[in-house]
Amino acid sequence: MIPLSNYLVVGAVLFGLSMAGIVLNRKNIIVLLMCVELMLLAVNTNFIAFSRYLGDTAGQVFVFFILTVAAAEAAIGLAILVVLFRNRRTINVEDLDELKG
Amino acid sequence: MSFEVPQFSPALPEMFVLAMACLVLVLDLFLNDRTRVVTYLLSQATLVGAAVLSLGQYGAGTAVTFSGMFVADDVGHVLKAFIYLTVFLAFLYSRDYLRVRELLRGEFFVLGLFAVLGMMVMISARNLLLVYLGLELLSLSLYALVAFNRDSSQASEAAMKYFVTGALASGMLLYGMSMLYGATGSLDLARVAESTAAGEGGLVFQFGLVFLVVGIGFKFGAVPFHMWVPDVYEGAPTPVTLFVGSAPKVAAFAMVIRLLAEGLGGLQPHWEGLLVVLVILSLAVGNVIAIAQTNLKRMLAYSTISHMGFLLLGVLSGTAMGYSAAMFYAVTYALTAAGGFGMIILLSRNGFEADRLEDFRGLGARSPWFAFIMLVLMFSMAGVPPTVGFYAKLAVLQAAVGADLVWLAVVAVVFSVIGAFYYLRVVRLMYFEPAQDAAPLEAGGDLRLVISANGLALLALGIFPGALFAVCNSAFGL
Repeated sequence: MIPLSNYLVVGAVLFGLSMAGIVLNRKNIIVLLMCVELMLLAVNTNFIAFSRYLGDTAGQVFVFFILTVAAAEAAIGLAILVVLFRNRRTINVEDLDELKG
Repeated sequence: MSFEVPQFSPALPEMFVLAMACLVLVLDLFLNDRTRVVTYLLSQATLVGAAVLSLGQYGAGTAVTFSGMFVADDVGHVLKAFIYLTVFLAFLYSRDYLRVRELLRGEFFVLGLFAVLGMMVMISARNLLLVYLGLELLSLSLYALVAFNRDSSQASEAAMKYFVTGALASGMLLYGMSMLYGATGSLDLARVAESTAAGEGGLVFQFGLVFLVVGIGFKFGAVPFHMWVPDVYEGAPTPVTLFVGSAPKVAAFAMVIRLLAEGLGGLQPHWEGLLVVLVILSLAVGNVIAIAQTNLKRMLAYSTISHMGFLLLGVLSGTAMGYSAAMFYAVTYALTAAGGFGMIILLSRNGFEADRLEDFRGLGARSPWFAFIMLVLMFSMAGVPPTVGFYAKLAVLQAAVGADLVWLAVVAVVFSVIGAFYYLRVVRLMYFEPAQDAAPLEAGGDLRLVISANGLALLALGIFPGALFAVCNSAFGL
């Protein structure tokens, strides 16, 4: 039996990786979107681990909702990305510097 | 296992808005540019109808339904009513602006209505799942709205920045929620409240709490999680800025009340410290950086940041008086912000965007009446009596002093004095500088009338704040 803490550590590591990806990434917006997805999956890992540990199904239901919302979020994110690319001809994070001050 | 049919009546306004939003979405497909006014009128009718339904439930006590997930109480009814009002204003101010720029499409109103539904769900949520779903429905609609002007390079950049920071915030909030779930074994906020009151959970609770507060900070746009606010406000089309800058602040307040005050009330000493940091930084950064801005939308963005600091100052004391003051602040700020961005729309015309401070130069000579309305709006934001902004700030400061946070109240006053500088600079530009732009205002009659009413309402609420205060107080049982 793998203890709860191992799952939580995996969740925390995935979460940390995705955070680092969002903060440090300076190249490509698609990588940002991937990090956002990874972050939600890290949360899902947590929810499932807790749900199994507590013997309560509410956490698993939550995971289904997160997956659904993540799909909608990815759709909107990619749509914005397409609009951005049409206007700018680039998806480099460093080129997003028109607005500042 | 049996299935009990839930009681639907407390959620009647939500169901009405959902049905109407779907109806508008489908109906709009059959309309062309000339008949698009039907979409607009139906959207406004939806808001009016929802207001009738929500206010009809006012004073009927607290009703909990859907297995304890959904709550309809007086706080919710009042906040929802103000959301309908601000969104009504937003739609009304936007129509001509969008039509002139050939942006008047049904999507604007449909997305707006879905955002309203998201805010309503956030307000009535009594379960972590529902808080999340409401928040996402609101956020996803707003991302799409910001990117609404597809040919604008600035708008798409703003939308992308908003999307990434918003998704990051949702991730943080969810991580905090998963920790709360682990600590209490339940997603029900009432159950979470019982656990915190009993002092269970310990470190896991506090760990989750930090993530929750960070997520909330992002959604509020409180410093140090504010970087999206100025870019989104400046980049988005002005009607969308109006939308993003007004009603969602009321919903964010509701989320704080549901999560921190009702769910985690037992941890108040822990989250108070976190919020103090957010408040001081927001007040300082918002007010100081706003001075350096030349773009009015960007200036109002920094002003929003400082106002969110004030709002959180009311919440952090953890007393009913503080919540009531923060509620007063949230609803009056939403109206003030709607008026402020409405003035930019009023002065704009096709091919010209009145979003620079320079564009307000000499407005006192060009149009004395609207210069006066702008004066009221700026005074209200700065907190000059007798406008409503003064009483909102006063109530929040009173609550802070009542909770023995005199030093924090002093800090807030010092920064709002600094903030008064850039609001009054607009007034100086309007009255004491010659006009560069002598073109007459092109805005339609309904916009002129309603924005005047909006400004005068702030003045009237400032002179007679008692009724609204009484509503806020009774919502929190004072």
